[in-house]
Amino acid sequence: MGRDLNIDVHHLTRVEGHGNIVVDMKNGVLKKAQLDIVEAPRFFEAMLKGRNFHEAAIITSRICGICSLGHQIASLKATEAALGLEITEQTVMLRKLLVHGATFQSNILHALFLAAPDFLKVGSVFTLINTHKDVVLAALRLKRLANDVGDVISGRAIHPISIVPGGFTAFPSEKSIEELKNKFINQGIPDVEYILDVLISLAGEIPVFERETEYISVYDEKEYGLYDGQICSSDKGLYPVDDYLKVTNEFVVPHSSSKHAKFNRSSYMVGALARFNNSYDLLSPMAKKAAEAISLKAPNYNPYMNTVAQVVEVVHCLEDSIRLFDILLDKGIKKEKPNQEPTRYGKGIATTEVPRGILFHEYTYNKQGNITTANCIIPTGQNLANIDDDMKKLVPELMNESKEDITLKLEMLVRAYDPCISCSVHMLDVDFIE
Amino acid sequence: MSKPKVAFFDFTSCEGCQLNKLNFENDLLDMLELVDIVEFREAMDDKADHYDIAFIEGSISTPTCVERIYDIRRRSDILVALGSCAVSGGINAMKNLHPADEVRETVYGKDKYLFPSMPVQPVSAVVKVDFEVRGCPMSAPEYLQIFKSLVLGRKPEVKDYAVCVECKLKENECVLDKGMFCLGPITRAGCEAICPSFGQYCTGCRGVVSNINEKGAVDMLKQHGFSVKEAVNRMKLFCTNELESLNKWGA
Repeated sequence: MGRDLNIDVHHLTRVEGHGNIVVDMKNGVLKKAQLDIVEAPRFFEAMLKGRNFHEAAIITSRICGICSLGHQIASLKATEAALGLEITEQTVMLRKLLVHGATFQSNILHALFLAAPDFLKVGSVFTLINTHKDVVLAALRLKRLANDVGDVISGRAIHPISIVPGGFTAFPSEKSIEELKNKFINQGIPDVEYILDVLISLAGEIPVFERETEYISVYDEKEYGLYDGQICSSDKGLYPVDDYLKVTNEFVVPHSSSKHAKFNRSSYMVGALARFNNSYDLLSPMAKKAAEAISLKAPNYNPYMNTVAQVVEVVHCLEDSIRLFDILLDKGIKKEKPNQEPTRYGKGIATTEVPRGILFHEYTYNKQGNITTANCIIPTGQNLANIDDDMKKLVPELMNESKEDITLKLEMLVRAYDPCISCSVHMLDVDFIE
Repeated sequence: MSKPKVAFFDFTSCEGCQLNKLNFENDLLDMLELVDIVEFREAMDDKADHYDIAFIEGSISTPTCVERIYDIRRRSDILVALGSCAVSGGINAMKNLHPADEVRETVYGKDKYLFPSMPVQPVSAVVKVDFEVRGCPMSAPEYLQIFKSLVLGRKPEVKDYAVCVECKLKENECVLDKGMFCLGPITRAGCEAICPSFGQYCTGCRGVVSNINEKGAVDMLKQHGFSVKEAVNRMKLFCTNELESLNKWGA
């Protein structure tokens, strides 16, 4: 006689957005194991229609507060591709610094504030303030440092201001860049080293589970793929960005107001672990050492290790930012006027990595510089099929554990993907069931 | 005296305002000394029955949102709308510009009547809102100031003058004089004119002041070569719902 098991976690906590975990097992046979997405759809593609190219990034930034910088970067790059706007080397460098800041801010937020309470068996980071105050303070300082990058370079970390098509409308002083660099060296690096030590001591709390899948990320042969590059599938190799629809193949499932995606298999994974697996060789020297210290080797097939890969990326972002600060200070910061004179009007496609994985924006502009069609493909949507596949393998492996433990491990699994549900339901054409 | 019980709720939004709260890295621990956070789904597991102060982020955009907000209002002494989505519908309200039937059909195709759908509304369209924190995202210093006032049992100061006032105090060059469009003359202050201070124009994310100097604003825009039609189009970004009450501007 097999086991009956019924799990229904309504509005999972400590994730961005609204999702439910549903497991239904009868007589030892798994009927259902899935993440239901019940977020209200937001219709961003409809909102973009008819809006001017100056406004596209302002609007798409509002898809998600946590990923606002990433949406702006993808949006600006798509607009620039569509309108033939060239950007300068300095613009690229400033944007890369913003991407580093946004990536390590989000990774720290997830690893320490949302995921760590599970490793320490408490309900929230607020409890940790009493029991692990030093860790919380180090995490807060790192978060503050990331926000400082956003404040100094783009005016604001959430919904940045001065980052526009063709360049920037305001520039940081060399003094403020120098100050940031010193903070990175004197405070950022020691803090992340401390957090890494804590994480190493908690490594035993990370569930052991493996499911090899397809890993998809941005790949740049010159550097760890974040800001720009080609599409990389661990199964099938490299694809140009223009092929993004061939890779993502979005499809609708009835239990999710966010679409699912698949490429070579029934599902694929995006995010820190996918980037780590595909671009390990390009990590900074300190990040490689950090990975070694915490026994994370590429390729790694345990989705729970996504959180660990995030912390390794924090090290990379800090170290590579210091390198970029040095180049900027060496060359001096020029007050360049943003290039906003379109040389053509048409279709533009762009990709970038946001903390949760690979992101695509595509726009078509008419001769007035207004959007006629828009499409955005979001990391969390791409991960949903993979999460369901993980659950289908994981639940039968946990059959000897209590319902509470199974529920906790499923919650931890979903959290490990750091899902961003607001982002994932931006789409216009969705089935919304609640 | 027991600490006030505070809760945070998210409706249709990007959750950026909530995130902004976690961004008071320097003040967060001090704030936690003053209140008990009893519900905050994005950061913690706990739930509670009664709230002294409930902060609401996001717009009302589905029938489920309506049920939830009624329930929260019933259990809250003070209810605060947080950010443009909650205060006015914000950027979500852009969807209202398209005919509801068209949106539904694009979303659900032949099943368009199976799923209830509704225009995006501010929280105040459904329940009583005691205080507002405007902006997209809300301004962190302004939120902190309102938060402190409420915890101390005082009525928070509400700014009801144009962004231009704060922009002048910042000694910024006038955005319109630079040849760019700007909604500063009619938009509510409280943001310290952060966008003009970083070389951008005011997008009107905080909504309009309660008594617009219409003639002055229209003259000012015209002097700089911008039409009312353009202003109305730009206002659709964050002020769609407010435009309805501005007859002349909507004309």
